[in-house]
Amino acid sequence: MIEVERVSRSFGSFTAVDDVSFSIRKGEIVGLLGPNGAGKTTTMRMITGFLDPSAGKVTIDGMDITGDSREIKRKIGYMPESAPLYSDMIVEDYLVYVARMQGIDDAGKVSAIAGLTGLGDVMHKNIGDLSRGYRQRVGLAHALLHDPEILVLDEPTAGLDPNQIIEVRNLIKEIGRTRTVIISTHILSEVEMLCDRVIIISRGKIVADSPTGELRQRFGHRATLRVQLSGCTPDELGKAASSIGGVAAFTAEEGDETVSTDGTKCVLTAGVLSIEGERDVRPDVFSLVKDRGWILYEMSIRSNSLEDVFRSLTTGGEES
Amino acid sequence: MSRQHSVWSVIARRELAAYFASPVAYIVTGLFLAFSGFLFFSTFFLVNRAELRNFFGILPVMFAFFVPALTMRLFSEETRSGSLETLMTLPVSSADAVFGKFVSAFSFTAAMLVPTFVYAGTAFFLGDPDVGPMIGGYLGALFLAAGFSAIGLFASSLTKNQIVAFFIAFAICILLALIDSFLVIFPARVVGPLEFLSAGYHFQSIARGILDTRDLLYFASLTAFFLGLTVKALDARRAA
Repeated sequence: MIEVERVSRSFGSFTAVDDVSFSIRKGEIVGLLGPNGAGKTTTMRMITGFLDPSAGKVTIDGMDITGDSREIKRKIGYMPESAPLYSDMIVEDYLVYVARMQGIDDAGKVSAIAGLTGLGDVMHKNIGDLSRGYRQRVGLAHALLHDPEILVLDEPTAGLDPNQIIEVRNLIKEIGRTRTVIISTHILSEVEMLCDRVIIISRGKIVADSPTGELRQRFGHRATLRVQLSGCTPDELGKAASSIGGVAAFTAEEGDETVSTDGTKCVLTAGVLSIEGERDVRPDVFSLVKDRGWILYEMSIRSNSLEDVFRSLTTGGEES
Repeated sequence: MSRQHSVWSVIARRELAAYFASPVAYIVTGLFLAFSGFLFFSTFFLVNRAELRNFFGILPVMFAFFVPALTMRLFSEETRSGSLETLMTLPVSSADAVFGKFVSAFSFTAAMLVPTFVYAGTAFFLGDPDVGPMIGGYLGALFLAAGFSAIGLFASSLTKNQIVAFFIAFAICILLALIDSFLVIFPARVVGPLEFLSAGYHFQSIARGILDTRDLLYFASLTAFFLGLTVKALDARRAA
């Protein structure tokens, strides 16, 4: 339905989007994920025809967005970031105006959309006087009014309070059942909750594109195990730890200072074991320590969250 | 029930409604009427001639100031607030947006002229004015309004700062309005072309009550040229 083929966009010497390709099938809910300034908004602006690509092309149902764009724009409902709307209009007038722009002259449609987006109480208020949450809903109503096949929402929950976030998410889930939806966000849990598929963008490039469930499977099983003990050197610990199956790497760390039972100060030997695979290595570590007669002070496991996945993908080798 | 509106007319109606909701439009109208009223009545009884010549004589200069004040907001405010993005991703072309906004600015300027019928009425009440120049003057005023609105719209599409947009448009309009007053300082062979470029010259020619196709052609091309430039300016922003 939406084909983005080798699309780039630069502003002067700055390349905001760099050779990006993906295709979105009808009915998919796709999350564009990335840190601020990664190129999410520019990508969306090219899909909606607000910006032309510098290279490559965007087609929707086989039609080039830069060519016959009026026909295509009719298929898309777009809510730009922070919903910039005419603040001097009252909500009802604004929705009637949008309906006319879309070629709908049916008062019933406007009130139906107002009902769906929960705008009933504020129909006669100035858009400029609305709270952020309500303005966002007017933006959603704007995008939904003509029943578009494709919905493009740029940061739909940014700047909302927790209750409003939940409401907007439920609304998106509801309307996404019958539509193709692209949302951008930098909140991971939102993607997990709403999207079938996630495309992670960093510095204008796609760094991951997979179904939301698989992303967790692919990266989520990694974990780190931190141990602190006494009675051995870091070298001995490293050698012993590496012999355990499933331990991919060992990094020595600075241990805590402690006072042992006989009253002398000592520094513990510490290290972090990177674990791959699903096997739990903690029993192995325990028996290793017991066999060698070491004393275990700490053993704590932390599984990699999606946040870690996101961080490692989007900081792109600058660290490590 | 499902009467279709053309997109530009929907935009024109929204913009016109925005004018009537905006204090700037009322201030501009008020100042225009106060200014033109003062010029009209202060000289009307002095000269003791029932005509609107003084009013129409100063109109190009007044429009050079007041029309940009009405048009400065049209695109620059949309750019500043970001609402241009919501507008341009609706099923509209750049030409729709430009033409709709142009029609609203032109209509509002035309509406601003309606109260000045009082001057015409006064002239008819107190004397027996020549109808030709009066009709010509109002017709010329409409042409002038169209041309200057297009210039103002173009200036507004160049910047997100309304004040900058105002001064760009004012500079172009005042130049076109006054260039024929400074022709004496130019060498003879450029006087002809410069005179043809002057909006003031063509306006005064229509205001004498003589309709010449050259004057109509001038205002039509002036308007079309700047509307075309505005469309280009909008498209250029989209392009890489």
